[in-house]
Amino acid sequence: MASFLTNNVEVVAIVLFSIGFTSLLLHKNLVKKIIGLNIMDTAVDLFLASMGYVQGKTAPIVENGIVEASSYINPLPSGLVLTSIVVSVSVTALMLALTVRLYHRYHTLNVDEIYLLAREEVRRK
Amino acid sequence: MKKKSRTKNQSLFARIQSFLDSQDDRLTEEMERDEEPEPPHESKLPVWGQTVEGLASGEIRFFDKIYPFAAFLLALFIIAVLLVTASRLPRFGGDSNPALNEVTERYLEDGMEETGAVNLVTGIILDYRAFDTLGESHVLFTAAVAVLVLLFDAATEKQDLLENRDYDLAGDTVFREGVRFLLPVILLFGVYVVLNGHLSPGGGFSGGAILGAGLILHSLGYGFAATEKLVNRKSYGALTVCSLCFYSLSKAYSFFTGANHLPSIITSGVPGRIFSAGLILPLNICVGIVVACTMYGFFSLYKRGRI
Amino acid sequence: MSWMNDIPLFSLIACLVCAAVSSVLKARAARNVTLGLLTAVFAGAVALTARGVLENTNVTYWMGHYPAPWGNEIRFGILEPFLTALFSGVIAACIVGGNRHLLSDVEEVHLNRYYVMLDLLLAAIQAIAYTNDIFTAYVFVEISTLASCGIMILRHTGRTTLAAVRYMIFSLVGSGLFLMGVIILYDLTGHLLIVPIHEKLVSLAQSGNYHLPMTVSIALMILGLGIKSGMFPFHFWMADTYGASTPASSGILSGVVSKIYIFLAVKVITRVTGTELFYETGLQNVLYGFGIAAMIVASVSALRENDVRRMLAWSSAAQVGYIYMGLGLGTPEAMLAVIYQILAHSLTKALLFLSASSLSDASGGSHSFHDLQGAALRNVPAGIAFTTGALSMVGIPLFMGFVAKYLFMTAALHVENKALLAVVALVVSAILNTAYFLRTVIRLWASEGNERFSPFRPSAGLVAACAVLVLANLAVGYYSQPVISVIQMGINLLG
Repeated sequence: MASFLTNNVEVVAIVLFSIGFTSLLLHKNLVKKIIGLNIMDTAVDLFLASMGYVQGKTAPIVENGIVEASSYINPLPSGLVLTSIVVSVSVTALMLALTVRLYHRYHTLNVDEIYLLAREEVRRK
Repeated sequence: MKKKSRTKNQSLFARIQSFLDSQDDRLTEEMERDEEPEPPHESKLPVWGQTVEGLASGEIRFFDKIYPFAAFLLALFIIAVLLVTASRLPRFGGDSNPALNEVTERYLEDGMEETGAVNLVTGIILDYRAFDTLGESHVLFTAAVAVLVLLFDAATEKQDLLENRDYDLAGDTVFREGVRFLLPVILLFGVYVVLNGHLSPGGGFSGGAILGAGLILHSLGYGFAATEKLVNRKSYGALTVCSLCFYSLSKAYSFFTGANHLPSIITSGVPGRIFSAGLILPLNICVGIVVACTMYGFFSLYKRGRI
Repeated sequence: MSWMNDIPLFSLIACLVCAAVSSVLKARAARNVTLGLLTAVFAGAVALTARGVLENTNVTYWMGHYPAPWGNEIRFGILEPFLTALFSGVIAACIVGGNRHLLSDVEEVHLNRYYVMLDLLLAAIQAIAYTNDIFTAYVFVEISTLASCGIMILRHTGRTTLAAVRYMIFSLVGSGLFLMGVIILYDLTGHLLIVPIHEKLVSLAQSGNYHLPMTVSIALMILGLGIKSGMFPFHFWMADTYGASTPASSGILSGVVSKIYIFLAVKVITRVTGTELFYETGLQNVLYGFGIAAMIVASVSALRENDVRRMLAWSSAAQVGYIYMGLGLGTPEAMLAVIYQILAHSLTKALLFLSASSLSDASGGSHSFHDLQGAALRNVPAGIAFTTGALSMVGIPLFMGFVAKYLFMTAALHVENKALLAVVALVVSAILNTAYFLRTVIRLWASEGNERFSPFRPSAGLVAACAVLVLANLAVGYYSQPVISVIQMGINLLG
């Protein structure tokens, strides 16, 4: 139990991840799904950033020419977070564009309704 | 419609008010318009909030019945496993964690000397692990092209939508003067963030976003036509392509020399100077251009009624 | 011949540059650029494979100025260029064969963007195949997800867009889990390159520390890739996705994209964890169960389907099940069968999707079996192509599919406690395969119902692509021994 408290940032990140994950899977509304996706991505970023943190050290931007490993946090996870942010922005843009297109066509955001309408459309052809 | 009678010298607030009013009309108008020609079977299409008959009568496949339960169970399982895992991971913030090894040590101690970047994170993503970042900028490019495919509609230039989008505030003195005052600062700040990516927090992505926002502000303040004179469709397309190609080719050169242990003409320079850190500065500029052009490009498509 | 080491780098960069340039070209020019690119990548990969076979070594190539644990790397032996060659060939066949549909399905203004997406997809495939770095793999997995969504949505129908949403949701869950796995692995080992991760994992396993997080991270990575490649309980997106795209895209998505994720999973198993360590975790039993289930369940779904392309999609899910069953068996022989199955399925599915689209063109554009009655008589080349593909899928000797099934069968017989179930599943799945494929083939060649539609001439590109794929199928099926020994050498180099 104590480890839940020492690793509190990771645990919070996981909780956020699960919120996002569940809403991505279970919400019927496309926009809510995308919000879930965003929460999930952000939680992954938080999880990743927490991996690089070292107690009591500063950001890895060299100040006053001090180049000792003992004075900065681990810079690699920060770099990975940057990549992951760009990826999640791109994915979100694509998902939103898909949603816009579906809404223009079917006038609803509910995936189940869209599914039925799309099937209806095919059947009439 | 009130928007036709809009005069150039109305005050900002009056114009915003009239814009908001017209939005109400527009919404109803758009809904009516959308329902008529576009979809093939308009009679079946529901309006907002109205449920589809099939849903109520349980006309859904097997997949849709089990999906929520299966997804719920999967989510529950993964969450439980991940929570237990998180509690067993190396201690948060500990200074003897496995991740603090020889890799981190070299990044921190030799990073500035080897890459020339004072901002060690930039040094890592644009030099040590440049292949990742090459992929990353192409993720953005892929998404931009895909979004364009989805939204760009060449067949119907939505003239009626165009009028509603014509809310640039160019005629408003207060707004225009405000833009005149703020825009140089914003653009300068964007350029600063791009150019100082290797010295301070920032870099191509953040700086490019600021520049893109600045261009959009310019377009709102001085009118769309004025901005199109600065950067039009051809020029931002060409800029994006050239930047991406330069990015790939310069990285190819760097990878090639590195892998074959050839001397490279690119040196890391004196850390801390603006012209230092080898390829990092040009690459940041490229990424900045790509991001700014993509942002403004989508805005411009929207203004031209193509989205 | 050290200059050959530069081939992967240059073909990768060429893809990225061509993608950028194609975005401002006209459709025709973009198509030529892509075809040239595919030829170049194919030639380069074949040359590398040949060299790999002759020299039988792995080459590690720095992507930058820094050695292994610090900088990015790529590594290639035999399998990596072999699969690159296979996938570029299949993509080329798909776009040549599906060109007529591309012209009618994709709006004129967007057609060049189709080729942009293909260039990016090709870059991603090469990067995933060659990379020696697990995070680079993640980045390029995302590119391939976005690009494959892109080649789908270029067909602007409501159904395709909906299928794309579903595909994206499953894919995003998959990549989210994969990234989680990568991060946990990084936290435990402090490395992102495959070789140091492997060394660190071995010492961690010996010390017994962090046993649970290690297992979870490996499981997450495999699960993520499994979801993206259509592993059993997560295969529901396949029918919509493959059924609603333009035929070239269906072939590429089923023959190439899902296979590259499987290859990445193979890399994770053989190289990141190493086979021994992986089989200590017990995860192979889960894969085995899912694989067996897929072989049966997806085949039953295929049997119930009334749309030929959706039937092919379900059959893909079943074939992916074979692969995961093979990974679950966990022997070197099974690994051989897995790689051979990737090859066989990639070539055969592309052929089936292309010929099926041409057959439905001969039936007024309908995909339903009722309308397809007698289609092969109206469109003989496509009929022959479909029949070849179907026979291969069913596992008639002389065709590739037979060799794949034979390899699975022999591999399964060598694993004591899993042999019975695997053999039963293989037999049942073969019977089901026979049922739904032969039913289709018989219907296609039936002479009744011929009157409603007139004979149809397939395009020259389609005939050429089908001919190449049929010949490849027969050649690899007939001369399977050399191919198998090449694959075997590749697997030895991989592990």
